[in-house]
Amino acid sequence: MSGHATAHGGETHEPVFTGKVRAQLEALFPRYPTRQACLLPALWIVQEQRGWISPQAMAEVAQELGVTPAYVKGVVTFYTMYHQHPVGRHFIQVCTTSPCHLCGSADVVGALLRHTGCGELGATSADGRFTVVEVECLGACGFATPILVDDDFIDAVTPERVPGILERYR
Amino acid sequence: MGYPHPSHPKETVVLSQYFGDEGARSFDGWVQRGGYQALKQALAMAPEAITEVVKASGLRGRGGAGFPTGLKWSFMPKPSGKPHYLCCNADESEPGTFKDREIMRWTPHALIEGCAISAFAIGAERGYIYIRGEFTEPIRIMQAALDEAYAKGALGGDVFGSGKRIDLYIHRGAGAYICGEETALMNSIEGKRGNPRIKPPFPAAAGLFGMPTTINNVETLAAVPHILTRGAAWYKGLCLSSPKSTGTKLFSVCGQVLKPGNYEVTMGFPMKDLIYDLAGGMRPGRSLKAVIPGGSSVAIMTAAEAESALCDYEGIAEKGSSLGSAGFIVIDDSADLVYEIYRLARFYAHESCAQCTNCREGTAWTVKILERILRGEGKPADLDLLMDLAENMTGKTICPLSDSCAVPVVSGIKKFRADFDRYLAGAKSPALAGV
Repeated sequence: MSGHATAHGGETHEPVFTGKVRAQLEALFPRYPTRQACLLPALWIVQEQRGWISPQAMAEVAQELGVTPAYVKGVVTFYTMYHQHPVGRHFIQVCTTSPCHLCGSADVVGALLRHTGCGELGATSADGRFTVVEVECLGACGFATPILVDDDFIDAVTPERVPGILERYR
Repeated sequence: MGYPHPSHPKETVVLSQYFGDEGARSFDGWVQRGGYQALKQALAMAPEAITEVVKASGLRGRGGAGFPTGLKWSFMPKPSGKPHYLCCNADESEPGTFKDREIMRWTPHALIEGCAISAFAIGAERGYIYIRGEFTEPIRIMQAALDEAYAKGALGGDVFGSGKRIDLYIHRGAGAYICGEETALMNSIEGKRGNPRIKPPFPAAAGLFGMPTTINNVETLAAVPHILTRGAAWYKGLCLSSPKSTGTKLFSVCGQVLKPGNYEVTMGFPMKDLIYDLAGGMRPGRSLKAVIPGGSSVAIMTAAEAESALCDYEGIAEKGSSLGSAGFIVIDDSADLVYEIYRLARFYAHESCAQCTNCREGTAWTVKILERILRGEGKPADLDLLMDLAENMTGKTICPLSDSCAVPVVSGIKKFRADFDRYLAGAKSPALAGV
């Protein structure tokens, strides 16, 4: 994004819904009886395109779907998978809920923080490559410990496997 | 079968027959395995007749509540020009449960077929499969299967030449356990925050977009084609104990067992055999301490209760817990049960939608008090305080999330009090660092 200040004190906003991305949005419309129902999928499109959902993007989505920016923000803040801030190039989510904790997920978290250089949960590594967060039950309890790296679901992760997995994500 | 383990002779493999068989994922592969016969059969039946077959089979909802499926379908009003909707609940997020993921990963067309039959039976032309946002792989596989089903005429404006329209869409969640609650799920599809709604009205009267709606779990819908092709009597005959619990069920066994996996057994199967035989039992030198059988939202069972329980709705209720979604969290004697209960409480506190005070405050305070105990700073009255808090979190909110947080805490204190007392007496070193 370019760096011109606007009246709202933010950055100028390059619209998300143009060209092919606009077509993606419009393809959603016939699937639902209301425009508002397209909100979750529209927010997914924004995040796929931009990596996070900025206040300006929320306003753009609001305009497209005929709801207020505040309404969109209310929805974005409800769902944990929508990023309200930029994150590392690769976003790692590791499950630490009881079934995985019983199977050693704390050691997997430790290995991820060490090998990514993130140091602590929620932080982004100095090179901007990784962000590691812990998440609640990923629904793969029999394959502990599952992690999500971006859209890649990887199960049965052990501390030993962590360096090899991270190698795949530059 | 307990994929990735081969099928065990004591399993009754129906839904999981093709787990691990990549050939079953394509439309043609599914047809070669007998798929889509049930949908063709259904399209030639009167919708009410399908509902009657499902009723007669004894199938009950596999998402956790165990409500009779056919009866739920029969609550849908007669066609009146209003659109009817089907929702498939694929928001599998209950700790310990990972069965719907496997159904979608390996047999996506089984679910599509089940959805299409259900939609036809309830007079819905449109259905939404709500898949939790983290299930990236099941979403990809389901989307590819839907595209193929449309291309082959199993969905769309003229399903298999019947003149009937059935459209199915995937709606991707975005990280909220509460959206597994049926009315929260509907709100989430409508583009709203996932807050549960007050009932009544029930979904059959006013559900998705205010219209008559039926919502079923993935495993429930995946069982429907088998019931149609093999008959209600066959399904009803799959029963080892209570006649109120019929059919096969996928039991997700996880935690501290040697062979975690999804095991499919006939309702009424002994829990002891499931844990020790199918799931491989305990690690060497370890013994069973506790089982949380319903996913995490039910009472913790002691080893003795678990080893004598039969795996069906009534058998587990008889031992003071609930079958729920049948995600068995197995805990051995090496575990710190107080910490695990705290970790579950943190889950519920994180996932509370926060609209009801008793849940928002209750889950948060439960976590804080358990944290204090785990830091070695617990007070003698803390257990009474937790019990008091739990009382105010039970049956007092719009949805059962608050109750779900309370029940492991209450059962944990009642059945494993000595574990808490060791922390309170300073006899166990703190599991959490002081602040």
